[in-house]
Amino acid sequence: MEETITTALESQEYFINMGPQHPSTHGVLRLVLSLDGEIIRKVEPHIGYIHRSIEKMCEHDSYQQIVHLTDRMDYLSCHINNEAVCLAVEMGLQVEIPERVKVIRTIIGELTRLSSHQLWWGVMGMDLGAITTFLYGFRDRELITDIFEETCGARLTMNYNVPGGLMFDIHPNFQKRTKDFVTYFKKKLPEYDDLLSNNVIFRERTIGIGKLSKEDAISFGVTGPTGRASGFSCDVRKHYPYSAYDRVQFKEILRTEGDCFARYQCRIAEMWESLSIIEQLIDNIPEGPFKAPTKAVIKLPKGEWYQKVETARGEFGVYIISEGQKSPYRLKFRSPGFSNLSALDHMARGCKIADLVAIMSTIDLVIPDIDR
Amino acid sequence: MKALYDFSYLTSAIHEWLSSFLSPNGVLITEMILVGIAFMLFFAVLGLVLVYAERKVSAFFQQRLGPMRVGKWGTAQTIADVIKLLMKEPVINREADRFLFNLAPYIIMIAAFMAMAALPFAKGLQALDFDIGILYVAAVSSLGVIGILLAGWSSNNKYSLIGAMRAGAQIISYELSVALSLLTIVVLTGSLQLSVIVESQADGWWIFKGHIPAMIAFLIFLIASTAETNRGPFDLAEAESELTAGFHTEYSGMKFAFFFLAEFANMFIVSAIGATVFLGGWMPLHIGNWQGFNAIMDYIPPIFWFFGKVSFMIFLMMWFRWTFPRLRIDQLLTLEWKYLLPINLVNILVMAFIGLVGWHF
Amino acid sequence: MKSVVNYFKEIYFGLRSLITGLRVTGHYITHPKEIITQQYPENRDTLKMFERFRGEVVLIHDEKNEHRCTGCSACEVACPNGTIEIIHKKVDVDGRKVKALDKFVYHLQMCTMCGLCIPACPTDAIKMANTFEHAVFDRSKLTKILNKPGSKIMDGIK
Ligand code: SF4
Ligand code: SF4
Repeated sequence: MEETITTALESQEYFINMGPQHPSTHGVLRLVLSLDGEIIRKVEPHIGYIHRSIEKMCEHDSYQQIVHLTDRMDYLSCHINNEAVCLAVEMGLQVEIPERVKVIRTIIGELTRLSSHQLWWGVMGMDLGAITTFLYGFRDRELITDIFEETCGARLTMNYNVPGGLMFDIHPNFQKRTKDFVTYFKKKLPEYDDLLSNNVIFRERTIGIGKLSKEDAISFGVTGPTGRASGFSCDVRKHYPYSAYDRVQFKEILRTEGDCFARYQCRIAEMWESLSIIEQLIDNIPEGPFKAPTKAVIKLPKGEWYQKVETARGEFGVYIISEGQKSPYRLKFRSPGFSNLSALDHMARGCKIADLVAIMSTIDLVIPDIDR
Repeated sequence: MKALYDFSYLTSAIHEWLSSFLSPNGVLITEMILVGIAFMLFFAVLGLVLVYAERKVSAFFQQRLGPMRVGKWGTAQTIADVIKLLMKEPVINREADRFLFNLAPYIIMIAAFMAMAALPFAKGLQALDFDIGILYVAAVSSLGVIGILLAGWSSNNKYSLIGAMRAGAQIISYELSVALSLLTIVVLTGSLQLSVIVESQADGWWIFKGHIPAMIAFLIFLIASTAETNRGPFDLAEAESELTAGFHTEYSGMKFAFFFLAEFANMFIVSAIGATVFLGGWMPLHIGNWQGFNAIMDYIPPIFWFFGKVSFMIFLMMWFRWTFPRLRIDQLLTLEWKYLLPINLVNILVMAFIGLVGWHF
Repeated sequence: MKSVVNYFKEIYFGLRSLITGLRVTGHYITHPKEIITQQYPENRDTLKMFERFRGEVVLIHDEKNEHRCTGCSACEVACPNGTIEIIHKKVDVDGRKVKALDKFVYHLQMCTMCGLCIPACPTDAIKMANTFEHAVFDRSKLTKILNKPGSKIMDGIK
């Protein structure tokens, strides 16, 4: 009798499936949550719902064709992914890239980062219940996609890079449009602060939630704004400059708190930095060819190359092993989302369901990037 | 024309006409049925209008146009939605408690209906004029939570259950603040009867006459009533991004529409109560003894005053919803027990003092 | 005492931050001119895509119904998705049998609009068009033959 009473009163953990169809997993991520009431005891991410075996496909494609597959991984930093593959191939070919290409790649890369962060900001607000921010984020992002559409020919999966340079030269309107955007967005960015950053509800929801220490960030391999919010100085643009990042002045944004709000502030500050990078470069695009001469069929010599870049989510790496054929023997992507996701369980334990949503949106996951 | 200013002409005319050929009991029953039909019609129209308004208002907040396709400016959009919802298959999942599952939406609707009965829409246009009007409305409007709890429990879905539990905790806490903030004004009126409260504002609305305490009470009422109707930023029970759709995750078709409708009806009810108690109900804006101004204001029929004030309140609630992020459940309770309730209690004391000394106008 | 002051400070700053937020949304509802919605099917006539926009691959025909495709299959090889299929035929040129284009089959449903086929073509026979309304009810309609019936290759293109 006594026994039944105690077991009846004992709280029991229960499981909930969050995803693969859930509004705030932003894609087909499935989280198995062990809950005690609303308190999260354990988060178990199950991935692979959108696995398309991109790495395997790369083993059959030529080096030009590989580039467009990386658009489909982290589709919000597609240009930067393209750039990583192209840089790796160029490293293998040992071709000298024209200065013009480097600068243009950097500008468009920063625009991509901006557009990704804008979308993240909108979605973050939406996850926390402020649906209006979603529309405002998209409103500003629209201008960037217009720039992309005019110059690269597509809005999201642009495929503007080719090994050796760019697919075509920038559109004559590119500079003007970009400058217009920078002036416009400088006016709109303070609005982001008014709506979310300074909002008391938002601060309460994010400050002190989902803490990740610097040691944990390093051991989980968390990079990007998520890692830098924990004080892990991991900006590839700063430490291993590629393209034109060695000639621009910008700060690596670092925070030490490691909570949701720090990650949020990191991204907002990065937007300001991106704007300043674009401003430094937009009037100084050197003249020259937009593509270094390459052979129609690219064959990398035997060897291995690794190139890492900083996408909007963190360190993205491409590792190519070539046997001298026209397609790689093996190609491996190091995607930032995968390592960042691995820290989710650590961050979310002891939080509430609502906090989990906040943590997930500050990690800024893109599921195709994780599943590949 | 006169009836527009005082509906008692109309209602007494109907009463006399019915009495001329029916027994007193028959008259009573017929009148009840008439009122019931009138409320049902009003409910339907209210739902249509408010859903449209919400979509348009939210669109304009978000720099969109909102529904534009069905009808001129999308005005027929909600009707199209209703048709769509009617044609949908009512899905009930296998393990659900069918009886409670079907019952829940009706409980919520009935609670909204009952609260509606006591609202003074205009002079002489009030179904029931209790002497404990405010108490009654506060009591029945919190009945809806039973429906929400039943819906969450009977759905046999963990998300629904979490949503329902949140709703329970939330409504029970905020009920206190709503009632206390209304009491702050009752201290001055000295009556719980809604018609008396409206009459007492003939020379000025309580929000102006009651000085700062009345304004604080109004603010608290605004926050607490938004929370009580489960609207954003307090929509934890639904919390689209956390619990998919909270307590009505499993509902579809017309039953889902009932929840939807009840949400808007509740919004109307709390706005109406707020407008009645703080903003003078159907009473036109009067400033002290300024005869000319008061006479001009009297030209506008009371029913327009009432609906104008209610729309203002509803607009405020929409504005909140489309601006703020959602609170977390523990913050929600902190807000109530640590901020609203103590402030409210002190506020009532201050108000009682003001009422005693007679500092109000 | 300090905690009491903090208590009211919190309320004050909290309310102020909320009002700042309300001001932003309030600004937009009072400025309907800033609405950015484009009503798509209604604005079809005025809607103009950017010239580089990649909507689908087309084979360029001139007014004499002539194209420039030699049927060399370079685009087929360049395409990562097997979207393009070049079907050949043998034609007699000066008594010799040479390969020429019979059908340019384009599977729109497989195209990722990557644009790799365009620079691959040695004779600039194909380009990306701006059309984007590709929705059809039957998937088989997405497989298109790009060379128009009766068209032939331009003179002097090899
Ligand atoms: S655009 Fe890309 S996918 Fe489409 S046909 Fe050309 S190469 Fe193939
Ligand atoms: S379109 Fe160009 S590349 Fe393709 S088969 Fe014709 S000529 Fe060759």
